[in-house]
Amino acid sequence: MSLMSEVGQKAFNLGIPIAVHMDVTYRCNERCVHCYLDHDDHGEMTTAEIKDVLDQLAEAGVFFLTFSGGEVFMRRDFFEIVEHARRLMFNVKIKTNAVMIHEEEARRIRELDIDTIQISIYSHRPEVHDAITKLPHSLERTVRSIRFLREQGLRVTIANVMMTVNSSDHMGVQKLAAELGAHYTLDPTITPMMDGDTSVLSLRIPGEELPDIFHNPALVANQEEFCAPPKPPSEEDLEGYSCSAGHSFCYISPYGDVFPCVQFPLPTGNVRQQKFLDIWNLSPQLKEVRSIQAKDLTVCSSCSHVSSCSRCPGLAYMEGSMRGPSTADCEKSFYRTGVPTANMLRQGLSKPRSTSGLGAPLIQIQPIAVPA
Amino acid sequence: MPENCIYIARSSAIAARALAGEMMVMNSADSTFFTLNEVATAIFQAADGRTPLREIVRDRICEQFDVDPEQAQADAEQFVTELSGHGVLLVSNQPLASEAPR
Repeated sequence: MSLMSEVGQKAFNLGIPIAVHMDVTYRCNERCVHCYLDHDDHGEMTTAEIKDVLDQLAEAGVFFLTFSGGEVFMRRDFFEIVEHARRLMFNVKIKTNAVMIHEEEARRIRELDIDTIQISIYSHRPEVHDAITKLPHSLERTVRSIRFLREQGLRVTIANVMMTVNSSDHMGVQKLAAELGAHYTLDPTITPMMDGDTSVLSLRIPGEELPDIFHNPALVANQEEFCAPPKPPSEEDLEGYSCSAGHSFCYISPYGDVFPCVQFPLPTGNVRQQKFLDIWNLSPQLKEVRSIQAKDLTVCSSCSHVSSCSRCPGLAYMEGSMRGPSTADCEKSFYRTGVPTANMLRQGLSKPRSTSGLGAPLIQIQPIAVPA
Repeated sequence: MPENCIYIARSSAIAARALAGEMMVMNSADSTFFTLNEVATAIFQAADGRTPLREIVRDRICEQFDVDPEQAQADAEQFVTELSGHGVLLVSNQPLASEAPR
């Protein structure tokens, strides 16, 4: 176990929120076809409110802090927020489309000793990338900004969300990342929209195409192990938990709402109404999330994949139950290993039902009303 | 460098947070990640750029941890050399402006 994993496990065991993802705005200068956000401003936290929350997060033991959005640079005070975070000695990561980063911004980011800047690129072809972002010349501008960041010696990760409209371009983006000296990550996850609209799920690449990704050594390291049939779960596996959401990680929205994860829209409190640590320590919802062990899962506890599945409790929650299966992850487990999941078997399916058209009503992220 | 004149300050380039009494430190320049034990954490937290290392060892280490002063000083100097090599601590024989808050 690496030192970082050991520390993560220690925080998990102690219930310390070692990592927080904070969206500082949902506003954006791009209109990506797959985006799950409502880009209107429904009352973002002010600079002073965010600084106060950051003070509380430092006090609570948060070390890894990710700023994201929306587009973070839509906030004119973004550098002021980051400067405050760095004064508090957080390890800061920024997720951005980078369109608004020029030489001056790149220099300031370097001066603030930001750990990593993660930037979304959907295709190496401008006509594909720009059609996804709906912002003309966005690829050209993003690539130019990455060059500014790299000239400053900053670490850049290119995040390539894979969907139907760009599914053949991942090798091109990977090559572009190498040319730019950036790391590359590929993610085939498309999330339902905040208002419950599932139409964006039609952009998910069909499950039948997943094996080509999972079995591609250029995309998946330790591929043999990754695609190996699941081992029978041990007693320890059944005592285990799904992920760090709500245990040592949480998400804070631009409106101050606290959720177990950015992909887990279970409202647990609002930092405009309560102290962060009161929410973290006392929220009944977070306590419930923390109580769920693999053996408590309604379907997955009897699944052969239970110890190796990437089951996301947030996606399961959006499907109807945080103790239930996440069909998108069942699909991944099946196409990764070829072994049917318990969720498929109970439905008598020989292959997973498509997750690209889930019609079930989804629980929605809604800002919690704050008294004036 | 005379040992009674060593001043140490935390670099502003690092990220740091205490986890159950032990400090996690990451240098953003190369993503080197450290955890410091209780004694090292006490030295790190006292590294304000103004207090000589010998005073830190005497007041923070020997008193709190019941260790031999000479051994503690030698260990502290080794620790400071190691962390300064990774850019986590700044070292000088003059008082330093503290770059990072405690």
